[in-house]
Amino acid sequence: MKRHFARQWQLWAMLAPAIVVTAIFAYGPMYGIQLAFREFDFAAGLTGGEWVGLKYFQQFFDSPQFWTLMRNTVTISLTTLVFGFIAPIALALLINQVIGVRRKRFTQTATYLPHFISIVVIVGMLQVFLSPSTGLITRFLENFGITGVNFLGDTSTFVPVYVISEVWQHCGWNSIIYLAALANVDTQLYEAARIDGASRFQIIRHVDIPALIPTMVILFVLNMGGVLNTGFEKIFLMQNTLNLPVSEVISTYVYKIGIVGSQFSYSTAIGLFNTIINFAFLVGANQLAKRVANTSLW
Amino acid sequence: MLSRLKNRTPGDLVFSAFVAVTLAVVVYVTLYPIFFVVIASISDPAQVSAGNVSFWPQGVNWFGYEQILADQRVWTGYRNTILYTVVGTAVNMLVTIPAAYALSRREFAARRPLMFFFAFTMFFNGGLIPTYLLYRDLGLLNNMWVFILPSALNVYNLIIARAFYENSIPEELHEAATLDGATYFSFFFKMAIPLSKAILSVIMLYYLVQHWNDFFTGLVFIRDYDKQPLQIVLRDILISNTAFAGGAGGAGGTGGGYGQQFADQIKYGVIVVSTLPVVILYPFLQKYFEKGVMIGSVKG
Repeated sequence: MKRHFARQWQLWAMLAPAIVVTAIFAYGPMYGIQLAFREFDFAAGLTGGEWVGLKYFQQFFDSPQFWTLMRNTVTISLTTLVFGFIAPIALALLINQVIGVRRKRFTQTATYLPHFISIVVIVGMLQVFLSPSTGLITRFLENFGITGVNFLGDTSTFVPVYVISEVWQHCGWNSIIYLAALANVDTQLYEAARIDGASRFQIIRHVDIPALIPTMVILFVLNMGGVLNTGFEKIFLMQNTLNLPVSEVISTYVYKIGIVGSQFSYSTAIGLFNTIINFAFLVGANQLAKRVANTSLW
Repeated sequence: MLSRLKNRTPGDLVFSAFVAVTLAVVVYVTLYPIFFVVIASISDPAQVSAGNVSFWPQGVNWFGYEQILADQRVWTGYRNTILYTVVGTAVNMLVTIPAAYALSRREFAARRPLMFFFAFTMFFNGGLIPTYLLYRDLGLLNNMWVFILPSALNVYNLIIARAFYENSIPEELHEAATLDGATYFSFFFKMAIPLSKAILSVIMLYYLVQHWNDFFTGLVFIRDYDKQPLQIVLRDILISNTAFAGGAGGAGGTGGGYGQQFADQIKYGVIVVSTLPVVILYPFLQKYFEKGVMIGSVKG
């Protein structure tokens, strides 16, 4: 036992770089959260300013921006959450129905290719495809009588464009995990269902979907934890003066007033508010999952 | 299993047809935009904007690519991104893999609290401004190491690798090696590493793609243009429409050396040039990606 313990220092040595990196770069900024409750003082540094309590939170709640930011953030993230959650499940159920290994592989491989394209390129593609004069998609929609829409510059089309392009990019990739779950379904269940005279659609309803529920619950809980964290990068890149009324979200606002505008304390407070809401959603969803489906993250 | 699902009733047949048609549409919608970018990048821009290019390039020319290759910024971005990706991924592997192995040892007493220590950071963070100020104090602003050190460990990848070591390296092997006097170090290097080539490649790929596509770090923490990664250069060309405004030696502005229509051809070309490395590697790597997701799905 003693010899055993004496050898565990090697495990600590293997973990040391990971612990140091996490302590500095993940926990380090948490120490800086106190800035949300202090007056930032350039001379005194991060922790030298006066305590001001909840002043900056109050300022945020009272600001005319508050409701707009909340509405935009919640609209974009919940819509993305719903569609981004359902689409991969539907796709996996469909791909699972393909007969023939090669055809199945091809479909799968093709649908997750866009996942590896960078966000900057995706937004670049959206801009050329949706260009009001020459865009590929704009021209395609003209065939259906949809004309004169500036998709990226209109407050009513921004959210649909964002959500559809998110689904386009990640649906195939996110379906892999469900396909793995479907591959583990006991074949006897299919046989039994067949003998009972189930149609293929009924098999999906009564065998496949129940088999996916544990995976669905876990992914749902994980996604809930990011509700207000909607992709800063993509929204930021898609923003322009025309769509700003619906595209300004908490994360882009924090960047603008904090990094660009140097209002450090105020934007730290808003960022903290965002993190706390996310955390609450995560814990709430986890509790719900524990009760309803008896599955949980911890 | 598949043969058992074959159609038996007319209803099943209709269902099969529905599946086939839907998936054909899905595949088409997924791949066509990418295909279109490629053919548009070598087509006459006038033909593209007139809507004459749909499945075959029209009026093939390489003007877009000539402009891109002549632009120093694209090269600088490429060089920086390759540097950050190679060094960054090497650091990632050195930090992640030994830690994952150590956390997989069931007899390791600190295992659970340490897992919590790492996993907590997935759900809670200090936020942008405290992070920015910390990097500033550490001298990481406008410094290439900002691309490498803060992202040295991805907790999700750590969990995937740990799950692999837990499930795929037989406990008996470890016991036998221990009886033969192997230490954790020697077991890790002589047994665990050679037995885990699959997971090593998966994790490495995840990190490679993450570095290659990193846009945020350059945006927030880098000021000098000659340190910017490819994604920032791409932003300027594709979205801000700046890098090539008059870049061909024209009078500047949108009425520069070439018309706006050529700007689109350049954009298509830039998309191809920057995405090419990932797409070329894609057929060779995709089985690893899939494996990674599946290992990641093992509840840890």
